[in-house]
Amino acid sequence: MTMELIERDIPAIIRNAIEEHGAAKEALIPILSEINRKLGYIPHEAIAELKKQIQSPEDDIFVSESHLYSLASFYHMLSTKELGRHVIRFCESAPCHVMGGRELLKAITSTLEIKPGETTPDNKWSFITTSCLGVCGVGPVILVDEDIYGNVSPDQLPTILAKYD
Amino acid sequence: MKTYRSLVLISSDPESMVRGAQDIFHRFVDEIDARGLGDEVAITMVSDIGRHDLTLPIVIVYPETVIYAPVSLDDVPHLVEEHLYKGRIVEQLLAPPKELSGPIAWLRSRKGTLPAEHRIVLERAGIIDPEDIDDYIIHDGYLALGKVLSELTPEGVIGELDKSGLQGRGGAGFPAARKMMFVAKAPGTPKYVICNADESEPGTFKDRLVLEGDPHSIIEAITIAGYAVGANEAFIYIRGEYILAYNRLQNAIKQAHEYGFLGKNIFEKGFDFDIHIHAGAGAYICGEETALIESIEGKRGEPRARPPYPPTYGLWGKPTLVNNVETLANIPAIIRNGAEWFRKIGTPSSHGTKVYTMLGNINKTGVIEAPMGITLREIIAIYAKGMKNNGSLKLVQTGGSSGSIVPASLQDVPMDFDSFKKAGVSLGSGALLICDENTCVIDLAKVLMNFFRFESCGKCTPCRIGTQRSYEILQRISEGTGTLDDLVTLQELGENMVQLSNCGLGQTASVAIRDIMKHFPAEVEAHIRLGICPAGVCSMEKVHVPA
Repeated sequence: MTMELIERDIPAIIRNAIEEHGAAKEALIPILSEINRKLGYIPHEAIAELKKQIQSPEDDIFVSESHLYSLASFYHMLSTKELGRHVIRFCESAPCHVMGGRELLKAITSTLEIKPGETTPDNKWSFITTSCLGVCGVGPVILVDEDIYGNVSPDQLPTILAKYD
Repeated sequence: MKTYRSLVLISSDPESMVRGAQDIFHRFVDEIDARGLGDEVAITMVSDIGRHDLTLPIVIVYPETVIYAPVSLDDVPHLVEEHLYKGRIVEQLLAPPKELSGPIAWLRSRKGTLPAEHRIVLERAGIIDPEDIDDYIIHDGYLALGKVLSELTPEGVIGELDKSGLQGRGGAGFPAARKMMFVAKAPGTPKYVICNADESEPGTFKDRLVLEGDPHSIIEAITIAGYAVGANEAFIYIRGEYILAYNRLQNAIKQAHEYGFLGKNIFEKGFDFDIHIHAGAGAYICGEETALIESIEGKRGEPRARPPYPPTYGLWGKPTLVNNVETLANIPAIIRNGAEWFRKIGTPSSHGTKVYTMLGNINKTGVIEAPMGITLREIIAIYAKGMKNNGSLKLVQTGGSSGSIVPASLQDVPMDFDSFKKAGVSLGSGALLICDENTCVIDLAKVLMNFFRFESCGKCTPCRIGTQRSYEILQRISEGTGTLDDLVTLQELGENMVQLSNCGLGQTASVAIRDIMKHFPAEVEAHIRLGICPAGVCSMEKVHVPA
């Protein structure tokens, strides 16, 4: 997914994001979120392009690439690394852990044969552990792309994974 | 089908008839007609209501499902006048609470009746259409804002909240009115209001339910708070993962503008106010108020050095009021019903209700809102429907990952800010992680420390390195290679983090470890001295058993 998207027009994506959220320092996080949503991650080209477009000394807007990179690497929902076609986010906070998360984590790593933070060799799946997703009433919880699954037991995992190609 | 506002049922079993149920029925009909309520109230006699524990006859009023017993002929005019005409429940005629048996029979020893769920914050969530401002208005919405702008001065609003004794629901329990006073009196303009909706404490999702179920109540509350402190602009900082809540808030703000509850010259009282939403991008630390402010300004969410605190030096260096969603959600109800009403709910030291999320090894997980002072035993027995698989309670973690570990022996401490403080426990965000005997305290502490290690922003050294080193020690203990010296180091690291960390994250990261060592020392030491995990959870894969 990401490879084709990168070939899409990064300057246009950034132009639209700035138009929507405004050319201001306080809009940087929403703009970076928008880029991350469109491209799947924030490549270096996008950081350079964003700096070029938003920098405006006459309006007192000074932004450095290192500042943009420091934002992109700080917030967990932004990624500076390219991810697989689908991303599984596994909640590793205590409530999910107590309600069966331990077994589920083992099932995911053994099914996909990757450790947290890795991407499968065919570039289909990235597996990321995350903090609480706020749906603890139905733990353990995984988020696949933008779909949330609750009360997930290890034997349901293959059915869930099969929905994605 | 004709619809009625209320339905009255009167028991007509033989015993009730002997005691005059027929006359009571006729008296009800007469009294209802006399007040012109015949079209609104349906009345009927039913043969068996099923409450054989009560003295007959019984009168039940729906939709409130209020049970009155025993009712005499002379009570009827008063009941009709108060309940059916004025809508007030007649407390002195209420049936006594149902006789309890089994494990919760001890509740009888409590004064008063069964602890009922009491909803203020979640009053409308799940009842109204969150995308329809008209539905909110029908349910007393924007009434408080109208009252504030037409009848009260900003000082009057703060005074009323001060009288109510409302304490911040974010975890610390700081008096809400005092914080507002600081902002109102702080020099400098403009002033800002920030609603902290960056709910990231593991196990907590109460604010999400308010934002998704009743977004207008937050809009109304923020506007009242803005009027009180002299601000004309507010921000809602919502965590990036809450997409539905974000959309509902956006819709609510748009509708409020259309109806004139936001914008210029609200209610033609010369008060301008606007609210912006700022979505986070995933960072637990942004729930800390100065980190949140940094994040709104477009920076990394790293907490500032304090003092100065946000009431004097907040967003863009201006006086700023930062309040949690749950705190704000109480404000319109207090303004509508008065401070006295609020003070009657809860315990003498902590007023109002608290929203709890119940999680873990229990039969029913979910959210409840109950008066301050409810105990863990009550929550587990009544609302959580007991422990899963008939397990026994081992511990409860209150208040999310930064909260305390409460052993089963402390489950009868009333949950309010004061009692918990005396017991050395933090109420925190209201998350209750209820664990049974299959939970290993070392494993739990390891998971919690892993969370802090991951979420530490890295700005200050005690937290950044302390969480990592603590995690490594817990990892060793769970594998069976921990030493007794490790426990000393763990304790020292914890104390250093409490005293030297810049913000609440580092200061609370070691709370769970401290509590575990205090309440479960034998289990911790079994991992080290005996090389066994009593709960059978830790891998203990590297234990070296001497031949």
